[in-house]
Amino acid sequence: MSAPNKSYDPVEVTALHPDEVARARDEALAAIAAAASLDELKQVRLAHAGDRSPLALANREIGALPPQAKAEAGKRVGTARREVSEALKARQAELEEERDQRVLVEEAVDVTLPWDRTPRGARHPVTTIAERMADVFVSMGFELAEGPEVEAEWFNFDALNFPPAHPAREMQDTFFVESEDSGLVLRTHTSPVQIRALLGRDLPVYVVCTGRTFRTDELDATHSPVFHQMEGLVVDEGITMADLLGAIGAFVTGMFGEGLKTRFRPYYFPFTEPSAEVDMQCFVCRGASAEPGGEPCRTCRSEGWIELGGCGMVNPRVLVAAGVDPERYSGWAFGLGVERTLMFRHGVEDMHDMFEGDVRFTQAFGMEI
Amino acid sequence: MRVPVSWLREYAELPADVTARDIARKLIAAGLEVESVEAVGQDVSGIVTGQVLEIEELTGFKKPIRFCQVDVGEAEPRGIVCGATNFTVGDRVPAALPGAVLPGGFAIAARKTYGRVSDGMICSEAELGLAESSPGILVLPPDTPLGADFVELAGLRDEVLDIAITPDRGYTASIRGVAREAATAYDVPFRDPADVELPAETGESYPANIADPTGCDRFVLREVRGFAPDAPSPLWMRVRLARAGMRSVSLAVDVTNYLMLELGQPLHAFDRAKLTGPIVVRRAEPGERLETLDHVVRELHPDDVLITDASGPISMAGTMGGLHTEIDEKSTDMVIEGAHFSASDLARQGRRHKLKSEALYRFERGVDRELPLVATHKAVRMLAELGGGEILPGVTHAEAPVETVTITIPADHPDRVAGVAYGRDTVVERLRDVGCGVAGEGALTVTPPSWRPDLCDPNDLAEEVIRLEGYENIPARAPRSVAGRGLTPAQRLRRRVGRALASAGHDEVINYPFVSAADWDALQLPADDARRRALRLANPLTEDEPFLRTTLLPALLRTLQRNIGRGLADVAVFETGLVYRPRPDASAPPRPPVDRAPTAEELAAIEAALPDQPLRVAVVLAGHREPAGWWGAGRPATWADAIEAARIVAGEAGVELEVKADRHAPWHPGRCAALFADGTLVGHAGELHPRVTKAFELPARACAMELDLSLLEPKASGTVVAPHIATYPVATQDIALTVAGHVPAAEVEAALRAGVEAHGSGELLESIRLFDVYTGEQVGEGNKSLAYTLRFRASDRTLTAEETTAIRDAAVAAAAERVGAVLRGA
Ligand SMILES: [Zn+2]
Repeated sequence: MSAPNKSYDPVEVTALHPDEVARARDEALAAIAAAASLDELKQVRLAHAGDRSPLALANREIGALPPQAKAEAGKRVGTARREVSEALKARQAELEEERDQRVLVEEAVDVTLPWDRTPRGARHPVTTIAERMADVFVSMGFELAEGPEVEAEWFNFDALNFPPAHPAREMQDTFFVESEDSGLVLRTHTSPVQIRALLGRDLPVYVVCTGRTFRTDELDATHSPVFHQMEGLVVDEGITMADLLGAIGAFVTGMFGEGLKTRFRPYYFPFTEPSAEVDMQCFVCRGASAEPGGEPCRTCRSEGWIELGGCGMVNPRVLVAAGVDPERYSGWAFGLGVERTLMFRHGVEDMHDMFEGDVRFTQAFGMEI
Repeated sequence: MRVPVSWLREYAELPADVTARDIARKLIAAGLEVESVEAVGQDVSGIVTGQVLEIEELTGFKKPIRFCQVDVGEAEPRGIVCGATNFTVGDRVPAALPGAVLPGGFAIAARKTYGRVSDGMICSEAELGLAESSPGILVLPPDTPLGADFVELAGLRDEVLDIAITPDRGYTASIRGVAREAATAYDVPFRDPADVELPAETGESYPANIADPTGCDRFVLREVRGFAPDAPSPLWMRVRLARAGMRSVSLAVDVTNYLMLELGQPLHAFDRAKLTGPIVVRRAEPGERLETLDHVVRELHPDDVLITDASGPISMAGTMGGLHTEIDEKSTDMVIEGAHFSASDLARQGRRHKLKSEALYRFERGVDRELPLVATHKAVRMLAELGGGEILPGVTHAEAPVETVTITIPADHPDRVAGVAYGRDTVVERLRDVGCGVAGEGALTVTPPSWRPDLCDPNDLAEEVIRLEGYENIPARAPRSVAGRGLTPAQRLRRRVGRALASAGHDEVINYPFVSAADWDALQLPADDARRRALRLANPLTEDEPFLRTTLLPALLRTLQRNIGRGLADVAVFETGLVYRPRPDASAPPRPPVDRAPTAEELAAIEAALPDQPLRVAVVLAGHREPAGWWGAGRPATWADAIEAARIVAGEAGVELEVKADRHAPWHPGRCAALFADGTLVGHAGELHPRVTKAFELPARACAMELDLSLLEPKASGTVVAPHIATYPVATQDIALTVAGHVPAAEVEAALRAGVEAHGSGELLESIRLFDVYTGEQVGEGNKSLAYTLRFRASDRTLTAEETTAIRDAAVAAAAERVGAVLRGA
């Protein structure tokens, strides 16, 4: 080694001799190739590319050379150092890849282990089917109307053309709030909301209502003292039974799919005149079970038709009680039972399942229906 | 109403080949609710008419046994053993021969009994399916032919339509009404059973007058004398009554029932000998009583419509007769009443006395006002013919004038209701089909027939036309689209709350709102708790649960228990629903007339009478919130989960809940949170009181939350304004504060925030997060250490350490001042 400031030495220092540089480079490359691990390579890097490595030391000598020699030696050492550095980089990448392969294999887990750590809940199917039913109408531009469950008899009966003591009141076994002349009942149907909607909104009125209703039936497989109804109401100019039939058809399509027929049977409700009960073609067998030789159908009991609900043209007396001019406006109303719909649409066999609160029942239905 | 098809065919000339099912289908299409078609007597065969030639009384048995020789029209009589004794030699009887089949598939064979071979069986009415029970065998009239097919002869083979009568179709509570509909449906002639020629009026019969013309507008009496009280009802009548579901009682009663079924006019028979003085139809006077046929002494109401004589009330008009003027097994002279009463008065009367009867059923649905003269005439004629009586010539006929109903409609009114162009001719023809008189050149002036008191309005007439033209012929018109505003924010919030709670692992349930007073005790509610003030039902399903819920919790806790009882250990359920809170000073709502809209004042008064009905949401939890598994231990559901459920709900409303410690039943006094939104108490959450879990048989430490959604809804945040996202680096400061153990964490955090605000650096504070709570020696007895991370960030620069340290110091100083906090390690 020579002193760095020997400014005039005409002879190249030994370390910068081409052979020496080549030797140092070759040793470095050999050591790099021989490094079997990232740790070994780290040692190699220190020994052959570190500050005190032969090539680094040689590099320091360059500064003391005369200008001509400086360029030559610089080029020589620089090339060697670059080669070493590239080899290091390549070997580093090789060894890292090897390590990663090994570590990732070691870190493998059993991804089939169960992870039922976060419980999932569900919404009650009566809630979700009622929302879905209402949404069919909401998508047609109807608004969702509401009313109280403890209702004035005037709304629940009088305004809906149930005269006091009329046999029609007996069609709906009523819970009365004490005392019997309190004038308050648990609403027996969602129809009082019709009156509230007509009194509280500007005409025309297009509303749908879903809600809890009450009748004094004991809970059994097909009855419940608490149940839910959905009801649609339209009051506008020029509304006819053909509009009613069209709306019911749209509802059936929305809930049960395309191409199902509906049919009216004359019936009686005090708040509609004319009134009808409406059936839809069975969405499972599409009526085939009622044909001769047809496969039996559980959903419609092989009748080919399913009773959907009640409907009719809003009785003009109801319009009058709600302050609507029956000379100018007419309307239709259509109502059905939410639980019944759930029963035949989803094969629920017993009303108990809907009101016992067994979470296994709820969970089967998820978030939407 | 049970309608034997054979009876129907007597008045509607239906084609011979139409089946009962077909008739039912047509009637349903016309608006009659035919609930079932029942074939009766179809399986019965092999019964012939015979005559008893000899009776040999067999002895030595526990009961009298007869061995009879019966001529059944064959060469030799048949020997038949019989246990009945109500017949004598020469009587004609129905005999089931070996090979015969009786109702219910009961096969008859020759068999040895009581030491003889019985070659068949002599039948009773019960055995023939004509009565529930019968005291002896059926003795036939002496003119019955011998060896005839009894099934054929008696008309045992029939089909019966069971029709539910809707309140608007009272006229179909009769063979007459159903036959008219059937004839119209098949477009065949109808023979009206009421079409009889009445005798010229020849003066009064038993004296009567109407003192209350609002309750009764027609009252007819006819008399029969010298009636044989033991005269039997003819077989054909008994068969028809049986098929229609009525019991044969006596000839007089059977005749009135038979005519009621055929015509729809209820009739009443008084024993002439038991009447005193003229009959007056009037309302009850104070204190009057009447013992009715069912042996109940009834206190009469001043609105009750009564039939009275000099002795006082003798019958509740059209509802139930009085016991003391009723015909009995000795009555020979009868006064037959046929009347027309007010439907609504009688309906109220029935309701008041909780009475039901076939007569009332018809009167409250409307009876043909033209029937009393016809029906009483037919009755006395039948009684005279069948019971050997003599008809007294007079007819008592009291009446009050009634207005004729006419309805004027544009001729195209049905068209406009249905959306179908029927045309004037069809409309007129169909209205005439139902018996209406139709007149008028332009608009139609329609006079409904006397048997259709339900036809009052233009739409009633439209319905008649539309149903007879066929509901199936109404076309569908595609719905017109309207400009709706979609769901309201409150409605959308409710759906979100349901989804959020379900997403967080809670299952929705629906409970009944009926609760008992014992539930309040089980919840440990204090005596003066507002939740004990509940509405009570006048007619609850069970007397145990007469109240309407004021909180969702009792039923929800029972549901929780039911699930646990079914082997589900980790349960979290929720319910959304109304609770009912009576208004202490509410009075009964007004009942405005319905021929106009209620006034604003009337509406307000109705609303004020209703209870408060807020929408609540409640959650109850037991067991683990996270189960144990291969990953390690589970995490039990705690008070914190109940509060978190409330936060989930509030979060959906965009409302930050403020939590304060509270003592409130049914919660554990040390683990109960009161929940506030904008300073309003909106609910409670926490662990249940141990007594409550015990009362509801729940596992210890079950938790609950109940929140008032109605209070939360109006506080829901409106439109979100987008935040400015600062991209400069965050600066964090961790601090640990020692405070007294009783100081709520929420207050410490509030103090820190206040300190930052006071320093004027509120905008820089990104968050404060409590990351550790420590109690132990190092912080001293009765103290706790709360460790917080404060994150700061500026929107326009990188904060320096000096800046954030200064803010932190201000926060700590505020905590020291407000809650006595000491910075640890300072
Ligand atoms: Zn089917």
